[in-house]
Formats: sequence, C-alpha cells, structure tokens
Amino acid sequence: MSETADRVKKIVVEHLGVEADKVTEQASFIDDLGADSLDIVELVMAFEEEFGVEIPDDAAEKITTVQDAITYIDEHKS
Amino acid sequence: MRRVVVTGLGLVTPLGGDVETTWANIIAGKSGAGPITIFDASNQKCRIACEVKPADHPYGFDPNKRVDHKVQRQVDPFIVYGIDAAGQALEDAGLLEMTEAERFRAGCSIGSGIGGLPGIASESLVCENKGPSRVSPHFVHGRLINLISGQVSIKYGLMGPNHAVVTACSTGAHSIGDAARMIAMDDADVMLAGGAESAICPLGIAGFAQARALSMGFNDTPEKASRPYDVDRDGFVMGEGAGVVVLEEYERAKARGAKIYAEVIGYGLSGDAYHVTAPHPEGSGAFRSMEMAMRKSGLALSDIDYINAHGTSTPLGDELELGAVRRLFGDAIGDLSMSSTKSAIGHLLGGAGAVESIFCILAMRDQIVPPTLNLDNPSAGCEGVDLVPHVAKKRPVKAVLNNSFGFGGTNASLVMRAL
Repeated sequence: MSETADRVKKIVVEHLGVEADKVTEQASFIDDLGADSLDIVELVMAFEEEFGVEIPDDAAEKITTVQDAITYIDEHKS
Repeated sequence: MRRVVVTGLGLVTPLGGDVETTWANIIAGKSGAGPITIFDASNQKCRIACEVKPADHPYGFDPNKRVDHKVQRQVDPFIVYGIDAAGQALEDAGLLEMTEAERFRAGCSIGSGIGGLPGIASESLVCENKGPSRVSPHFVHGRLINLISGQVSIKYGLMGPNHAVVTACSTGAHSIGDAARMIAMDDADVMLAGGAESAICPLGIAGFAQARALSMGFNDTPEKASRPYDVDRDGFVMGEGAGVVVLEEYERAKARGAKIYAEVIGYGLSGDAYHVTAPHPEGSGAFRSMEMAMRKSGLALSDIDYINAHGTSTPLGDELELGAVRRLFGDAIGDLSMSSTKSAIGHLLGGAGAVESIFCILAMRDQIVPPTLNLDNPSAGCEGVDLVPHVAKKRPVKAVLNNSFGFGGTNASLVMRAL
C-alpha cells in the first residue's frame, strides 16, 4: 500500500468513525462508509491540509471513493 | 387540560455521568468544583469551574456510551451532554421502542442558554487566521442551540414538536414548563424536555467575569467558592452538563404501567422589566413567577415541602429570591426546606433548571433534601428558613417548587408533586 493510501485511510477512519478494515480502496464514502455530502466536504479539507494540495470544488465532486482521493492526491501533490 | 407526569430522568453533571451517581454525590455533600483544566486559565480573573469529569474519573462521563464518534467530532460539548442525558431519560422511561404512530406524537424541547460558544470562539480564529475556506462544514449545525433537539429527534426517530428554549439561566425550567403545556394542550403525548450547557472556555469565563457575575475570591479553594446565602459569597461558579426528563401524558403513562416519578402541576413565568443582569430590587419577577406556578398547581402554600432555589451565590440575587419566597409563603416558610444545589455543581446556566428539577423529583422519591454547601454564616435575612446547611436532611417531601431566573430578567418556576 502506498504512503498516500495509508494517510488517506487514517483520515477517513478518524473523521467518519468507521473501522479501519472497512476503508478499502474501493469503498464509497457515501454508500459504504456512511458519509453525507458535508462529511465529504470535511474530508476533502482534511486531505488538503494533510497533503498540501488544493482540491477545487469541481474536482472534489468527483471524489466518491477512497481510491478517487488517493489518485487525485498522487497526481497533484508537489 | 391533560395531566402531565415525569417518567424518565437523565443527567450529565460535574458530579456524575448519570442520575444515580450524581444524586449520591449530591446527598453525600460532595463538590464538583476545581481548578479549570479544559484550558489554560492562568490569565483569567476566575480560574475555577465545575467541569464534567472525564470517563476514567470515579464520577466521570463517558460520551461514547450514547453519542456516535462522528457526531462527537462535529458538535460542541453541550450537544453531546444533551444527547446523552436524553438517551438516559428515554431508557429510564422504557421508551426506546416506540411505534411510528407513537413517535409522531413524541417530541423534544431541549434548550441551552448560550449554545456552542467554545466552538464559535475557536472557529472564528480559524476563519481569521486560515481563511473562510478552512471553516468546518459542520460549524453552524454543531453550535446551534436547537441542535440537541435536532440530533435527539434524528437518533431516536421522534417526529413530534421539535423545540428549543433560549432564556439564559431559566432555559431548563422553561423547557420543561413549555413541553408540559404541549402535552396538556394535546400537541404531543411524550416530550423529552430539559437543557444543557458547556460554556467553560476562555471567552465564556472572561465574559461572565467581566459582567461581575463569577466568584473570583476563591481561586485557591474552589470547593468553597459556591456558597449561596453565606455572607462571604462573591459570585457564581460556572458549571456544565445537562438534564433531560421524559414528560408523558398521565393516562398513557398509567396504561403502559410506567414508573411515574412526579406530576408537573404548576408552571409560572414572568419578566422583571428592570435590568439586563441585575434582579429586580424587590424580587418582583421572582415573586410573580412563583405565585403563578402555585396558583396553577392548586396546592396550598403550606403543601410545599422543598424549594430548590435559583440561589446562584451572587451577592444580590440570593437575598432577593429569599425575600420573594418569604413574602409569598408567609408563615408557611417555617415548614419548608430550601436549598441551592448550585453549591455543589455550580451554575449550569441553561441546564440548571432541568438538572435542579430532577433533584426535586429525587428528593420526593427518596424523602431527603439536598444540602446547601459552604453555608457557614448565613446573611442577614436568612433567619427562620431551613436552608439545609452542609448536610442533606431526611424529611417528608410530597410537593416541590423549583426556581430559575436568567439574564434579561426572565423567570420560571415549576411545581411538582409525588403521586
């Protein structure tokens, strides 16, 4: 597992209060992890802070799974 | 009008995370006061408070019992306390399993005096220092006062009236009184009613200190600071926590064989129309609030056995309240006991009226009245009244009166009796 994936999963566990083993790459924030749209806004803010990336609203809307987040961060982090 | 009874109780206080722990400590004469630990208070004029203790403390509160981890992260502590106390009350009443039709007729009236001040203060710094795009999406609904009622209704599926009183330190008493009327008027059959507060933060302590409301002379002896009716009192000690009761229509409660703690029989409300923080110099609002509650109750003045006083330990307020009680009760004052449990748990502001109503109910259940701690030398004007100094007192308690008064000159009184 990549370092990005580890850190993303840790943030998801902390923010959504879900078991770590549920946070797979394929997991959907809303369908599998019980998040609502505001939780995703908060998660995106936490990713921005953790990785020093900026995730604009139109990109944030496309992040629906854990893997989406990892991919976006790996492509954009400096 | 339909009759309204209390069938469930829930408490989170500086002396316990539940009803029985809190009550045992109150009766044992323990104090919940100590140095402020929630933040560094070394630059504050008041450096003491009655904080809710952590889960590993002998009488601490464990938020994980009833409040989801995610919710805990998103909301201010007053909402966490309120949700937990509401859950306790529903469990105690045996009402966790209600049909959809019953839940349409079950609502919430859980208020707060101040709401999410700690979170408002900290998030304003985020906005200022890091910019608006860093403000939490949960900021607003994690701080709003009506979000205890909102969260509780969602968690337990309660679809009846959803209400939240905001009347400063009268909130808890108004919440119970208003909710009782909703049941009496047939708007609902079951109501979770009460109040919660958690404003122990730099801005909250500084604000009340600057308003000259807090005790500042007992920073080295916090347990001595809250001393209602004592000559050396110098202000209130801030407390935090929540109290919530289940109110239920009497026939319904009887039919399901519920444990009935008490009947709410009198509710009085008034305004001082005098000053934003100081009580009316003749206690006019306090008098009229109590007088209305007594009139509605149908009881004789001599029927009241115990008064849980507002008694905040401020120099002005305690004597004015006692004077109003003396004028209303006349000779009957010699037969009743009156104490202030704020001497033990501090002033829970919007939670106070609900927490203290629960103490009144427990006084009737156990036939014992809680003490006024630190009452070493009663002020002039306290003669001839049993203020229950230092130790709890066994005595018959069949009917009780609870007073709550708040900034803005808002007053509420509740009369309850045992069945």
